[in-house]
Amino acid sequence: MARKSGTSSGSGSIEQLCAAKEILVSTGSGGVGKTTTAAAIGATAATHLGVKVLVLTVDPARRLANALGLEQFGNVETRITDEAFAEAGVRPEGELWAAMLDTKQSWDDLIGLHAPDPATRDAILANPLYQNITGKFVQSHDYVAMERLYEIHTSGRYDLIVVDTPPTRNAIDFLDAPERMADFFSSRLLRWLITPYRSRVVGFATKPFYSVADRVLGTQFLEDIAEFFILFQTMYDGFVERAKAVTTLLGGSQTSFLVVSTLEVAPAREAEFFLELLTERHYHVGALVLNKVLPELLLDSAATDSARLMARESADLAATLGPKLGGAAANTDHLAHVLSEVGESFLNYQVVARREAEQRSEMASLPELTVSVPYFEEDIHSLSGLLRLGEKIWR
Amino acid sequence: MPLLDRRLLFVTGKGGVGKTSVASAIGLLAAKRGKRTLVCESDSKGNLADFFGVGPVAFGPTEIRKGLFAMSMDTEESLKEYLRLQVKVPMLARIGPLAHTFDFVANAAPGVKEILTVGKFTWEVREDHYDLVVVDASATGHVVGQLAAPVAINDLVKVGVVRNQTDWMIDILTDPAQTGVVIVTVPEEMPVSETLELIARLDAETSIDVASIVMNRVLPELFSRNEEEIFDRLDEPDGQAALADLVGDGVSGVMSGADLAVTLRRSRVPHLNRLRDGVPPGLPIINLPFLFHRSHGVRATSRIAEALGDELGY
Repeated sequence: MARKSGTSSGSGSIEQLCAAKEILVSTGSGGVGKTTTAAAIGATAATHLGVKVLVLTVDPARRLANALGLEQFGNVETRITDEAFAEAGVRPEGELWAAMLDTKQSWDDLIGLHAPDPATRDAILANPLYQNITGKFVQSHDYVAMERLYEIHTSGRYDLIVVDTPPTRNAIDFLDAPERMADFFSSRLLRWLITPYRSRVVGFATKPFYSVADRVLGTQFLEDIAEFFILFQTMYDGFVERAKAVTTLLGGSQTSFLVVSTLEVAPAREAEFFLELLTERHYHVGALVLNKVLPELLLDSAATDSARLMARESADLAATLGPKLGGAAANTDHLAHVLSEVGESFLNYQVVARREAEQRSEMASLPELTVSVPYFEEDIHSLSGLLRLGEKIWR
Repeated sequence: MPLLDRRLLFVTGKGGVGKTSVASAIGLLAAKRGKRTLVCESDSKGNLADFFGVGPVAFGPTEIRKGLFAMSMDTEESLKEYLRLQVKVPMLARIGPLAHTFDFVANAAPGVKEILTVGKFTWEVREDHYDLVVVDASATGHVVGQLAAPVAINDLVKVGVVRNQTDWMIDILTDPAQTGVVIVTVPEEMPVSETLELIARLDAETSIDVASIVMNRVLPELFSRNEEEIFDRLDEPDGQAALADLVGDGVSGVMSGADLAVTLRRSRVPHLNRLRDGVPPGLPIINLPFLFHRSHGVRATSRIAEALGDELGY
């Protein structure tokens, strides 16, 4: 069941997904190219389909921003100009927009949205813990990414939104973020904890906890926390409602997930795990995108035979070949070295290619569609590069 | 300061660069050289055990070979241990179900998870339980937050037991003779950029010393510049034909493979140079070769450890 790099197998295509879905979520472990993949798919969709596409990215390389012809990514949605496309030799049928997730700004906006009144909003924004929680909490990043996606989708400004996900240690964290956020605000413990700071009366049963907490963290610190959560509780209903809506959107029929991976051991394992988990939870998995796939010629048996001969008998080969080729190749020592290096190198890469082929066939059984992207010589840092990648996986 | 002579190494890097492999290899090498070594993964979702070919590791350290211990950070366990050892809380039962309490502490109070993590590592150093503690730390995006937590907490919490604790943690963390950060990277654009950014951030936001950069998966140079001419000659149609007469028709595939190898190597050279030119003077860069291995696991870890040993001159 050999597949060529740059082609797809299974039913459907990226084109069909882009035409049928409103949201594509690009997931995968760090360093596998999920941001680039998301941008490439978005740019290609804007090129071929007469639709308005937004690429929402969490953590773009600066050069990717340049690739899209943007001075810099911002929280503000920015259109990629037709001139930028023209430079890449393309006249897009639709529109391509791009935006980045600025966690802090998005949180501030969210507080503005949910706060019952300006006084509460300002008190929260000024709370020292708020800065810490929004800026440093990894989970807050996950949550606000999904929240922003929801907000943009609901606005109806785009036909298709391609979003990449925060680089989480565990690729599923962001999926649980809305629910966790809701749980957090509805936690009985939280209410219990802030009770004494509301009533200033601590029951006998709970006293030991507070005395320990005081000793460990200091009273002032606990009071700061309590104040923060008392303020936050005023927004409880809004948050829980939104969290539920975000969860519903991710599971809805308008949303599809792309699992992006390379065939290296660790990312592939995480991708497999994630594919299983998405399926188990009934999310729609549109495609598995495999990046940096080594070419199949490395598995060719005739080439293997030749490579072995070159590696093993380089001296004899060089003795015969050197005089024929002449020039620098007449130096048979150097020629022998080149021959053996070339042969060895082929066999070395073959070891990796074999392992990857095995890995690929294991993984390809999981989703409906698997697309493989060959190694590109260069990092992609231009719109034409993105489009070149996009075209490889489009149909 | 030789890398393995420090007491606490935080190994970080962008996702996918081989951070855990390198942390495991450092541990393996140190243990082989007679140091009592603890390798810790920063969260229980990690796969450190795979790199040593052992079953799952837990909060309580497992001796996986002579002098080499592995553990997995579990912040709730760390809190329990902390309360038991430091606060001397006699009856944990009296403070209610710890899991719930912990949920609050870890999720609500900023930096607490980080400090329980970093606190455990520094404590192992302070108590001299090991000669070397190697931490498979958070990825570049989060490691600064983790390492800066004791200082952040120190600023937030003005009194109490925690305040006293953070003081000695900071002493250990900021002493370059004891603590260092190892940044693992690969010769590609984003990993190198993130490495340079991380060096700048660590310098600006913490007082923790960067011990070394590990440039992982450096592809071999197939042949020298003067041999390139020979390769180009072979790659020409009549060169390939002459070679095919001797070794068969597979030659074109082999030459394409070599083209790929050369291209991959060349496309990475600018990133090697960018890193070398971008790091502060005197900061060592350890190059580890790309290993064309069949398997991963403990076999791969030992090969990386060997390569690391060679680079460090052991």
